[in-house]
Amino acid sequence: MNYETLLLDLIERDERYIVLTAENRAAIRNLPAKIGNRFIDVGIAEQTMIGAAAGLALRGRIPITHALAAFLTMRAFEFIRTDIGISGLPVKLVGGVAGFLSEANGPTHQAIEDVSIMRGIPPMGVFCPADEEDMLIGLEQILESPQPFYIRYNNLPPAVTHSRDFAIGEAELISEGRDVCILVYGTLLREAVSAASILAEHGISTRILNMRTLKPIDSDAILGSVNWCELTVTLEDHFLIGGLYSIVAELLLKHKITADVLPIALENRWFKPALLQDVLEYEGFTGRAIAMKIIHELQK
Amino acid sequence: MMTLDQQKDIAFRVREHCIRMATRGGCFIGASLSCADVLVYLYTNYLTITPDNLSDPNRDYLFLSKGHDVPALYGTLAELGFIDRERLSNHLLTTDDIYWHPNRNIPGVEFYSGSLGHLLSVAIGVAFDCKLRGTANKIVVILGDGELNEGSIWEGLLVAQAHKLDNLIIVVDRNEFQANMRTEELIPLEPLSEKFRVFGCIVREVDGHNFEDLHDSFSGITIGNGRPNVVIAHTIRGKGTPSIEARADRWFANFTADEITQLLAELHGGRTAELTSETLIVR
Repeated sequence: MNYETLLLDLIERDERYIVLTAENRAAIRNLPAKIGNRFIDVGIAEQTMIGAAAGLALRGRIPITHALAAFLTMRAFEFIRTDIGISGLPVKLVGGVAGFLSEANGPTHQAIEDVSIMRGIPPMGVFCPADEEDMLIGLEQILESPQPFYIRYNNLPPAVTHSRDFAIGEAELISEGRDVCILVYGTLLREAVSAASILAEHGISTRILNMRTLKPIDSDAILGSVNWCELTVTLEDHFLIGGLYSIVAELLLKHKITADVLPIALENRWFKPALLQDVLEYEGFTGRAIAMKIIHELQK
Repeated sequence: MMTLDQQKDIAFRVREHCIRMATRGGCFIGASLSCADVLVYLYTNYLTITPDNLSDPNRDYLFLSKGHDVPALYGTLAELGFIDRERLSNHLLTTDDIYWHPNRNIPGVEFYSGSLGHLLSVAIGVAFDCKLRGTANKIVVILGDGELNEGSIWEGLLVAQAHKLDNLIIVVDRNEFQANMRTEELIPLEPLSEKFRVFGCIVREVDGHNFEDLHDSFSGITIGNGRPNVVIAHTIRGKGTPSIEARADRWFANFTADEITQLLAELHGGRTAELTSETLIVR
């Protein structure tokens, strides 16, 4: 089972599903031959794709739209907000190479504000799977949900063996610990796990929560972790503004809680374009670099 | 001005640079090889842009809107002394700014690009200011044919016509492919020259791999008639290395060191390269 076969299965079972792309075929290159005219490639025209998806949704379809995350969420932003958001149409937005996954493409292709702007649209949900396995576990519920959803597509090999228990708005507990809690989503779960094993060598126990959906967010899991652990870390390949750190800050303020929270995110600049491992090294997001930041914070 | 032979020599070396960048992470080699000759012609024989006049407001401009062909631009800039040739071996290293799309930190790069459909409007802004100040700069913007899918291109044409930006020269790298397939099989563009004409442009069509043809076309452009200019350069994706020419699956490629050696030999007239690296479709 991969993304494409899961989609094919859904499409064959339910005539409402229809696949659109703005000439981004990396994840769906075999679908045209199999689903015929339920595959619409509009060419490099993201705004038209979103407008058309709204029209299809008005006729009862559930459009699953594809483009690189930067162009999908930003080129077509106002179409998403206005044509999908205001009416709350069940259009699904699948954004490729978000966060560090754009590797050496450069700032034009870096979607590192996508969570911020998508969650700002009232009915829009946000799903940020850690890897392909995590994505496939949650995808069916996300696609079947009556609300519009932004999916931060991720086809990396599994970082861990994931729990099959998936519910929208529930985080996945990856490891239990009391000294540090790392709240993480997407590609960086793998680095969080690696950081935890380094921290363990220093006698530091780490709880890791894979957030899965950032909207709705698992408030109970976050509040519980903040109470339970000495230090809370938010870890994300996203700008500091508007992502998980902001979500946690909003939540703690709402509940009148203060806590030690260490944000690890991209602060006010685009990241160095390079192959993924080189990006992680350069930007200080490897498991080792994360562990060192946490140790330094605990020693303060 | 450079002779025909000098231009051909430079274009050949630019192609070598492009091929060398298509490994250890790869690059958009197909799109780069299609516009290499156009870039070399424009920098050597048409535009007044040199390593020494980049801060001169009266110089010409070249905006590369289809940014994924930046290896051809970097190759040209290296051959013409804007940057050291050795710097190209920094491709994808975190010690430099040479990656899959243009970065303004590299001397000669006018602007960031990579998100399609942006630089026509940026070029319009520059062309508008040159008109306001009464300077004689030529403003060239290179678009991909797939890029013409973007609505912003057609907005830009309306605006350029409305403001009579005859100092604007739009070059279309008409290699007949977009990322995954032939343009005419996905979103047909033809009759393309007619489309530009009804948008008020003066249109020329040219063999984008023939330096004499390029020179005849560009030297015929006169600024002052109140209409934006379009040059449709007919090109071949992957031009120079037949084993990757006109193929949908060799837009982006990440070849092995051995495949690079074979491609360089093929460029030099040797036997056809045997390529087995996986096809990569990024977009």
